[in-house]
Amino acid sequence: MRALQYTVRVSEAEAVTPRVRRLRLVAADGTALPPVSAGAHTVVSIDTGERVIRNAYSLTAPSLSGGAYEIAVLRTPESRGGSAFIHERLREGDSLTLSAPANFFPVNRRARHHVLVAGGIGITPIAAMAEEIFRLGASFELHYAVRSAHDGAFCRELAARFGGRLHLYCGERQERLQVQAVLPNQPLGTHLYVCGPERMIEAVLADARAAGWPNANLHAERFVAPAGGEPFSLFLRRSQRSVTVGADESVLEAIERIGVEAPHLCRGGACGECITAVSHADGTLDHRDHFLSAAERDAGEHVMICVSRLKGRELVLDL
Amino acid sequence: MFLDLERPTDAFFRTETFRDDYSFANSEAAIRRFPFPFDRDAYMYAVNIEQHMPGPAKSATEFPIDIDEHYVAEMIDREKVLAEDPLRCQSLPHMITAEWDLLELLMTAMARDYPAWFSLTCDGDRWHWINRPLGLDQRFTFGDTATLPFGPMEYITRQCQGDFCLLDQRQDNLWMDAGLVTTQADWSLDFDLGMNFIEWHGPVPLAHEMGVFERALKFLLNLQLGRPIRRLNWTMTVNPRLDTSPENYHRWGIDRTTVTPENVGDKVHLRVELQALWRLPRSNAIVFSIRCYLIKMREVVSVPKWARRLHRVLRDLPEELADYKGLTNYRATTVDWLSRHDDGAPTSPGFTPD
Repeated sequence: MRALQYTVRVSEAEAVTPRVRRLRLVAADGTALPPVSAGAHTVVSIDTGERVIRNAYSLTAPSLSGGAYEIAVLRTPESRGGSAFIHERLREGDSLTLSAPANFFPVNRRARHHVLVAGGIGITPIAAMAEEIFRLGASFELHYAVRSAHDGAFCRELAARFGGRLHLYCGERQERLQVQAVLPNQPLGTHLYVCGPERMIEAVLADARAAGWPNANLHAERFVAPAGGEPFSLFLRRSQRSVTVGADESVLEAIERIGVEAPHLCRGGACGECITAVSHADGTLDHRDHFLSAAERDAGEHVMICVSRLKGRELVLDL
Repeated sequence: MFLDLERPTDAFFRTETFRDDYSFANSEAAIRRFPFPFDRDAYMYAVNIEQHMPGPAKSATEFPIDIDEHYVAEMIDREKVLAEDPLRCQSLPHMITAEWDLLELLMTAMARDYPAWFSLTCDGDRWHWINRPLGLDQRFTFGDTATLPFGPMEYITRQCQGDFCLLDQRQDNLWMDAGLVTTQADWSLDFDLGMNFIEWHGPVPLAHEMGVFERALKFLLNLQLGRPIRRLNWTMTVNPRLDTSPENYHRWGIDRTTVTPENVGDKVHLRVELQALWRLPRSNAIVFSIRCYLIKMREVVSVPKWARRLHRVLRDLPEELADYKGLTNYRATTVDWLSRHDDGAPTSPGFTPD
């Protein structure tokens, strides 16, 4: 069984700035999409006609109460094709597939005070977190850096909603977010969350550590590598079958696709049930499970086929 | 009192007690659907986690929340425990969003899977809940605690079989920050409240060295919305007492010394926990439900495969595990009694009766 997926329809598509398109997504079958926690993202499968691209997007504040989800997509020049497709070809009424939301960037609900820092399109999870913290009546401040007022997709809405808690820094007006000025004199128990360009995240975290903040109080959005990877060949020694493991499927899924049964339970790399002996690996095993010890991984004799892969040409399994 | 104890209810629900005269028993149908926890003739720890998918019709896992013939009696017993000791239900203030998530999960599942007993009507935030077996009819505003007689977690878990803990996820750990626990196998919510996953599993022997908890924690941190999981755990209890808590140890601990060859069949119970975990949508918390099923030795041996298997499992159980599970005092007597129901024949793999 794959991760839970929703088929959705684009009910509204709106250019909020020349480079950001906001999509409102409703379930294709008319049911309400479940509410989400602030900081959650979804993986959108975009079928361009030539291939399927899977991109993770943070769910913005209107998604919190469920029913419909909203994402905001920045057009990036280095796009693999996903954001270009969403900007140029996707129309209202079109269908997309979403993974069930997951949250790798949650609000720490025991924090005494929250410092939220966003750069550019990094505002999408941060604005959802600000909304949640505001709704709970907790203490927070929001620092948001944009290139130009024109580019700040959410500036007006945020200013109207959060008033003096919002600190806006506009690059074209020579306003710079000086995180060293924000870090001192925060009460013990403050948590800091940052999302934005990679360089900004690294700089904010480095400044915070230099100022003596504990790592446990620093949070940055991280998207884990998608479940897939490069395709490779798989040969099952005992059943004498071969199959190509696709970029977007697991070894286990590829095996099941050709009708071979393999033991499994959790499909999350934890239970150990799908441990499989490796007969030969022409390439490097890419262990992604939580089950094998470091020594077992190094030995390369076993692989957990529900999550792990091969970086290379061919994997031969004792199945 | 929250519940009207004199009120007649559906004849399906047994009138029975889990204290004093201990009139609890399973019907034949309940024995057949008992979640027997051993799929082979030996037991050792494993991360025995599987997806919480619907099981066969009439089984304990047919629905995500199992309501059975003991429902009304268990809810009455829960009310008595809470009246004596309100600390069995506790919730730290930051868990209120998770409490509402839990109320939604339970009400939705119960109304969907048992429409003859429960109904839920939602008009935006205005909800209407009817619980026919317990005679409750409640209109309230979702998200507004003042519109319910208790907090949302306590309100719904006073009406649902099983203990429930709400685990907050932060700093790559899970924290037991809320729960309602009245049918526990000798652990205390009041003691564990605020602890993290590794801390509250501290007393478990052997498993830490095996790395079981580190692996299980990593797995749970990635638990997905809409993909609940479950596992079975087990111990044994003398007399069908749901509330075997440390708080009341002085009342039930002594029972372990009262087992004789004559009373094993009725006094000694296998206690199975169907533990299920769900990711909650608004709070990103996890709900950990621990549903307790009891079965008498006399009821177990009415299934020949289970009689043979339980005898072999108990006989061969490692000493540390028998100690941890509190079986030491009466294990020999029970194994002796069970041996009379084990002819040495091989057993088939899997949990179910032949």
